[in-house]
Amino acid sequence: MSDVTTTTAVAADDGAAGAPDLTPGRRGFLSTVLRGQPQAAIGLIVVVAFILIAIFAPLIATHSIHAKTGPIYQAPNGNHWLGTDDGGVDMFSLLVFGSRVSLEVGFAAAFVAMVIGGSVGIISGFFGGWVDVLLMRITDIFLVIPDLPLIIVVAAIFGRHLINIIIIIGIIYWTSTARLVRAQVKSVRERVYVQRARSIGAGNNRLVFKHVLPQVAPLLIANTVLTIALAVFLETYITFLGLGDPSTISWGKLIENSFLGNAVLNNAWWAIVPPGVAVTVVILACTMVGQSMEDALNPRLRVGHLAVRRFRLRPLHGQLESE
Amino acid sequence: MNREPVLKTEDLHVWFDLAGGRELHAVQGVSFELRPGERMGLVGESGCGKTTTILALMGLLPASASVAGRVYLNGEDVLAKGEETISPHRWRDVAMVFQGAMNAFNPVKTIGSQIAEPMELHGTASGRTARGQVRELLELVGISGERADRYPHEFSGGMRQRAAIALALACQPQVLLADEPTTALDVMVQAQILELLVRLTRDLGLSMILVTHDLPVVAQVCDRAAVMYAGEIVEMGEMATIYHDPRHPYTRMLFAATPDLLGDEEVLSIPGAPPRLDREIAGCPFTPRCDSAFAPCPTTHPRRLEVGPGHEALCHLNDHLVAERPA
Amino acid sequence: MSAAEREPLLEVEGLITRYPVPRGFVGAMARRPKETVHAVEGVSFTIAAGEMVALVGESGCGKTSTAQTVARMVENQGGVIRFRGREITQLSARSLRPLRREIQMIYQDPYESLDPRFTVRDTIEEPLLVHRIARGKVDRDAKVREALERAGLTPPELFIDRYPHELSGGQRQRVAIAASLVFDPKLLVADEPVSMLDVSVRAGILSLLDRLRKDGMGILMITHDLSTAAHFADRIAVMYLGRIVEEGPAREVVRNPQHPYTRALITVVPKRDPREQTTPQILTGETPNPVRVPPGCRFHPRCPIAEPRCSEVDPSLQRPREESTPDHRAACIITAPGPSADEVGPGGHGAT
Repeated sequence: MSDVTTTTAVAADDGAAGAPDLTPGRRGFLSTVLRGQPQAAIGLIVVVAFILIAIFAPLIATHSIHAKTGPIYQAPNGNHWLGTDDGGVDMFSLLVFGSRVSLEVGFAAAFVAMVIGGSVGIISGFFGGWVDVLLMRITDIFLVIPDLPLIIVVAAIFGRHLINIIIIIGIIYWTSTARLVRAQVKSVRERVYVQRARSIGAGNNRLVFKHVLPQVAPLLIANTVLTIALAVFLETYITFLGLGDPSTISWGKLIENSFLGNAVLNNAWWAIVPPGVAVTVVILACTMVGQSMEDALNPRLRVGHLAVRRFRLRPLHGQLESE
Repeated sequence: MNREPVLKTEDLHVWFDLAGGRELHAVQGVSFELRPGERMGLVGESGCGKTTTILALMGLLPASASVAGRVYLNGEDVLAKGEETISPHRWRDVAMVFQGAMNAFNPVKTIGSQIAEPMELHGTASGRTARGQVRELLELVGISGERADRYPHEFSGGMRQRAAIALALACQPQVLLADEPTTALDVMVQAQILELLVRLTRDLGLSMILVTHDLPVVAQVCDRAAVMYAGEIVEMGEMATIYHDPRHPYTRMLFAATPDLLGDEEVLSIPGAPPRLDREIAGCPFTPRCDSAFAPCPTTHPRRLEVGPGHEALCHLNDHLVAERPA
Repeated sequence: MSAAEREPLLEVEGLITRYPVPRGFVGAMARRPKETVHAVEGVSFTIAAGEMVALVGESGCGKTSTAQTVARMVENQGGVIRFRGREITQLSARSLRPLRREIQMIYQDPYESLDPRFTVRDTIEEPLLVHRIARGKVDRDAKVREALERAGLTPPELFIDRYPHELSGGQRQRVAIAASLVFDPKLLVADEPVSMLDVSVRAGILSLLDRLRKDGMGILMITHDLSTAAHFADRIAVMYLGRIVEEGPAREVVRNPQHPYTRALITVVPKRDPREQTTPQILTGETPNPVRVPPGCRFHPRCPIAEPRCSEVDPSLQRPREESTPDHRAACIITAPGPSADEVGPGGHGAT
C-alpha cells in the first residue's frame, strides 16, 4: 500500500499553464531561451559570427593593417571593400581586426563585472547581517561615482593600457550585477531545500556552491550577456574620447581616427559608419540574447495578466447543431 | 426541493492547449443540477478538474482553454455564445470565492471600496447606495460595518476570508461558487467560515457549490456531493448516501483514506496516482488504482447509471442494474 | 508496553524561544518599543524511542518554532533540551554537526524541500558527502538504494536518477524521508509532513512514519490536524500561544479532553459521517498575537468557562479532576486544579 506503483507523475494541475521550470532534465536553459523566441536565436548567431570573425581575423582580413595599401580616403571598390582611411589603410581589414579588441574588452570586462558583482552579491545575500550592510554600502558608493571622471583619473594615474580599461569597465558595471544577485540569493537562501541541506549539517561552502549558485547562475549569465553590450559600448566611448590604449586598434579607435582625420570633411562616410554599425550590431545582438534569457527567467514580464482571457467554444463531436 | 434547477450543466468539456500541439482534457463531460438553496460539494484530488469546472461555469478560463457543452442558468444556455452570453451573468447571478481570495485584496485600497467595485461595474448600485450596501454586506458576514474603511492588512486571515465572501455577494447572486474557501485556515476559523456559508445559503436562499479536497468539510456542510476523478464525476448523490452506500470504489477508498477524529478503522492510502489527461484513456481511468477492478474495467468506459434515487455512479460494478431494469 | 517507561530519547524542559519583531528604520527612528514574538514560552515534553508525539495547534501557537528549536535550527532563549541524556542547547555549531545526523527534519512542502537541480540520488547521498561517510561510490550507491527501499520507493532503479519534478507529491516526500534515513537517525522531527499532499497518499506517508516508529525511532510530528494526530500518534500535546495546554495519550486527549481549548477544537473538527452532526463550539475571534500575550491563563479571553481568577493565575500542567490515565495533564485551574491549586503561582513550570 504505497503511492509508488505508477512511475509517471501527474503534471496536470487544476488551472492552466504554470511558470516554466528551468531545471535540467526537463529542458536546458539555452533551449528554453531559444524556444519561441526567434530574437534570441538571431542574436546568438550574430554574436557567434562576430566571435568567429575576431578569432579568424588574419584569415578574413584582405590587406595588412599596418601598411598603406591604397590612396587616402579611397571610396569602397572591388579591392578595398570598405575603402581606405586617412592613412590609406584598408578599412575592411581594420574593421575585422578591430573586432578583436572590442570583443575582448567587452567579454573580459563583463567577466570582471560578473566575478566581482557575483561574489559581492552572493556573499552579501547569503550571509546577510552586517556583512550585507557593509557590502551594500560599498556598492552604493561605487554606484554614485560618476563614470567619466573615474575613467579619466584612472587613465591618468595608471596609464591607458588595455588591461586598465578592462578593469575600469568591470568596476563600473559590477554594482548592478551585485544588487541583482543579492536579491536573488536572499530569496533562494530562504528556500526550504536550502534550509533542509543546512539541517543535514551542510556547511556554507556546500550551500553556496551546490544549492545557491546553480540557482542564480542563469540570472547571472543573462546579466553578464547584457553587460557585454554595455562594455562594448563603453570601450568605444572611452577610446573615442582618446582615453583608450593607443597601441591597439578597436572600433572606437577607428571612429576616433576617422574623426581626427577629418573623414567627415572628406565625405568619407565609409571610415566612420562601418565601425559604428559594427558596434551597434554587437550591442543589439547581446541585448537580444540577454533580454530573452531574462524573459525566460521571469515569464511574468512577458505574459501580461491584462491580456484578453477569452476561452474558445468548440462543438461536441455528436451534436453539430450548436446554437 | 422539486423546484427547477437554478444551475444545470450538460456534458461540459474543457481542454487546455499544451506545448507541442497536445491537449489536456481537464473536464470530460460533467453534468449536474443545482437547485435553489442547495449546497453541493465538488470533491476530488488535485488535478481532477474540480476548479476548472467551476471556472468554466464562471466563464473565467484562460485563452488556452476551449469549452464545449451547455451551462443553463435559470433555463438560459449561458455558454451558447461564450463570453458574450456569460458576462451579463458573471457576479450578478453567479459569483465566486476564489482559492486564496483572502490574499487577493489590493493592499492600497480599502476593503469597502473593493467590495463596492463589482456593484459599480455591474451597475447594481453606486455612490452612497453602494456604500450602504457594503456596510450591510459586511455586517452580514460578521464584520462590523465601520470597518469598511479599513485596509486589508488591518484584517486577520479569517476576516479577510469573510470580506472575500462579502465581495462575492456584492451583486446579490443566486449561485455562489466557493473554491477551497477554508483550505489555508485554522480549524477554528474554518468552522466559523463554514458556519457563515451555511447561514448565508439558508437565509438568502443562495445555492452553493463548495469545491474542496476535504471530504469531512463537505460531509458537514453540503446536502449533496459530486466526486470527481480524472475530469469526470464518478459518483453523485445525497451526502449520507454517498458515505454510507458508496457505489464507486474511488468514493469508498477516498473516505477510507481520510482519518476520522474518533474512528478506529485503519486509514488506507490509495495506491498509484491519477492518470495523465493529455492522452485518451481506454476503459475506466480508475482501473490501475482500484481494488475491485474486473474484466471490463481496463477496456470499456463505464456508463453513468442511476443506482438509487438521485444517486448516480460511473462504475462497472453497477452494470447488473441495467439487466434488472428494463430501459 | 507504555512508552513512558522507556528511557526518554528527548527531554524538553521549560523551552523558551522568542523572536524580535523587526521595527524597520522608521520604527527605530520613532523609538517604537522593541517588541518580541513569544513563540515558545515554557514548553516541556519528552519523547521516548519508538514513540510518536504529535504537537497540535493552530497557526501561530508555536508548534513549528518548538520543532525548529528542538532540531537546533533556531536558538532558544531559555530552557533545556536533552537528547539521549545530553544537554544540547549549549553546543557550538561545530559540535552540533554529529548531532545533525541523529536528529533529522522532514519539511511540510515536498515541492520546496528538494533542490530542483538534484536527482534523487544527489539528494539522498548529500548527507553522506557532507559528513564524509561511505566514501566509495559503490558504498554510497548501496546506502542510497537501501534508504529508498526503506522509504517505500521500490524498486530503487525506478527513482534513483529522477528529478523532483518527475515525481508526485507523495513520492517527493518519500525522497525527503529517504534522505533523512541514510544516517539511521534516532529522532525525526516532521513538520506537517502530509498537509501539502493529496488525501489519497497521506495515509501512505503516515504509515511509513509509523513503521519507522515501530523500528525504534522517536518522532515529533507537528500537525494542525487532530484527526491525523489521533490516528497515528502515541501522545498528543495541544499547544496554544506558546504553551502546551494539554498533553496525554492520543486517544485519551481526543475522547476525554480536559482543557476547554482542546474541547472546543475537538467539536469543530468536521466528522466524516454526515449523520454525525455535532454542534461545533465555535470560539470567537482568532488566536491572539504572540507579541502581546494576555496575563494569567493565555486562553482566558476566549475561554467559555473562564472565571475571574483565570486572568490572574497562569496554570501549569496538572492531572485533571476527572478520571483519566496517569500521564494525562491539562493546564487549567478549573478542570485540572492539581494537588494544591492555590500554590501554583504565575510563571508555570520551569520558565524563568
